[in-house]
Amino acid sequence: MSIDSARLLQKKKKQILESWINSQLAEDALREDMISNDELRANSEELLDTLLPLLTPKNVAEGDVSVFDPVTELLSGIAITRAKQGFTPRETAFYVFSLKEVVLNILQNEVTDDPQGLYEESFRLNKIIDGFAVTIFETFIKGREEVILRQTDEIAEISTPVIRIWDGILALPIIGTLDSARTQVVMENLLEEIVATGSSIAILDISGVPAVDSLVAQHLIKTVSATRLMGAECIISGIRPEIAQTVVHLGIDLSSIITKSTLASALKHAFQILKLEVKKPGAKERPFINK
Amino acid sequence: MDKIPILRMGHFLLVTIQVDLYDQLALNLESDLVQMVNKTQAKGVLIDISAVSIVDSFMGRIIGNIASMSRILDAQTVVVGMQPAVAITLIELGLPLTGVHTALNVERGMTLLKEKILIGDYDEDDETGDDDNSAE
Repeated sequence: MSIDSARLLQKKKKQILESWINSQLAEDALREDMISNDELRANSEELLDTLLPLLTPKNVAEGDVSVFDPVTELLSGIAITRAKQGFTPRETAFYVFSLKEVVLNILQNEVTDDPQGLYEESFRLNKIIDGFAVTIFETFIKGREEVILRQTDEIAEISTPVIRIWDGILALPIIGTLDSARTQVVMENLLEEIVATGSSIAILDISGVPAVDSLVAQHLIKTVSATRLMGAECIISGIRPEIAQTVVHLGIDLSSIITKSTLASALKHAFQILKLEVKKPGAKERPFINK
Repeated sequence: MDKIPILRMGHFLLVTIQVDLYDQLALNLESDLVQMVNKTQAKGVLIDISAVSIVDSFMGRIIGNIASMSRILDAQTVVVGMQPAVAITLIELGLPLTGVHTALNVERGMTLLKEKILIGDYDEDDETGDDDNSAE
């Protein structure tokens, strides 16, 4: 005779809910600042209401996953919300695993006369709930990935302005790490802007780039070469001492590129190329006064 | 068969590529141009590729070849009006066209050529003038 865990557990629903919530509350990892007690209770009760009627002997014995779809859906919703709220994976997984513990405990207390049946039933329930754990974990990670993708997009949007700082001189301050995708965007923006403004000098300021490795250097060289192909000159500025050190240690040859330490000196160099002079009004008299 | 016209303007040769180049056309242009440089003793070659929207590695190489060949024949090459997409493609193909001068448009390309030739062949300038006179 097999054990009808659906009926048995449904009878004990109140008890399961209480011990489940208690065990969740007892866990150190539970973050009371992120989820309220009431919300937790509502979530858990809804899940139990959906899950318990489905645990018929037939469903449990067959181990067919598709009959538990409503539960999976509910769990997915919970996982996504938790991912967005910033729960840790441990907290999220514990939600399901604590339920397993409680259910198995109750089963053990109720079924005292049939060790063989108890073992088999426990084994099957175990398998089903483990399936839920995998689902909740998968969805949780998917949720986190969505968050990361959104942030990446946002960063890409704000990161590449091309500034016209003088007639014929463009500046492009780069902030953050340069990867291939960003270099592509930076390069396209810069080249479009060169055509649009007819500028002949572009200054690439890398003071906001945290580190330059051989890949980043290669991206920089690519951008400079592309600018040169367009018929404009490219100056790299904002090279910090640490970056100069790394570049030389890595054996990257930047000798074909004009490099300046600050944006100001790059601008000065640009003025020289364009044969422009910037001076204070009345600067003419200075040598006179000095004498 | 299509042919890309090569115009002579003083010491310079002007090539405006108005159609998308296919391989044979590019090869013909290469040989025609070198012949022309030799015949006219041109000091500078200006290639306008502002209408070219597609390049491949072969085209890139041809442009590089033309520049190297012209330099051997003592003429500077300036490529002008390259489109952003073309520039990016060439860089991604690993063809930075070192040795080719570039400019944003024809006007600036001309200025650049004149500067280069003034610096490079300052003393020869009169000589070429004489040659032109004697030829006519």
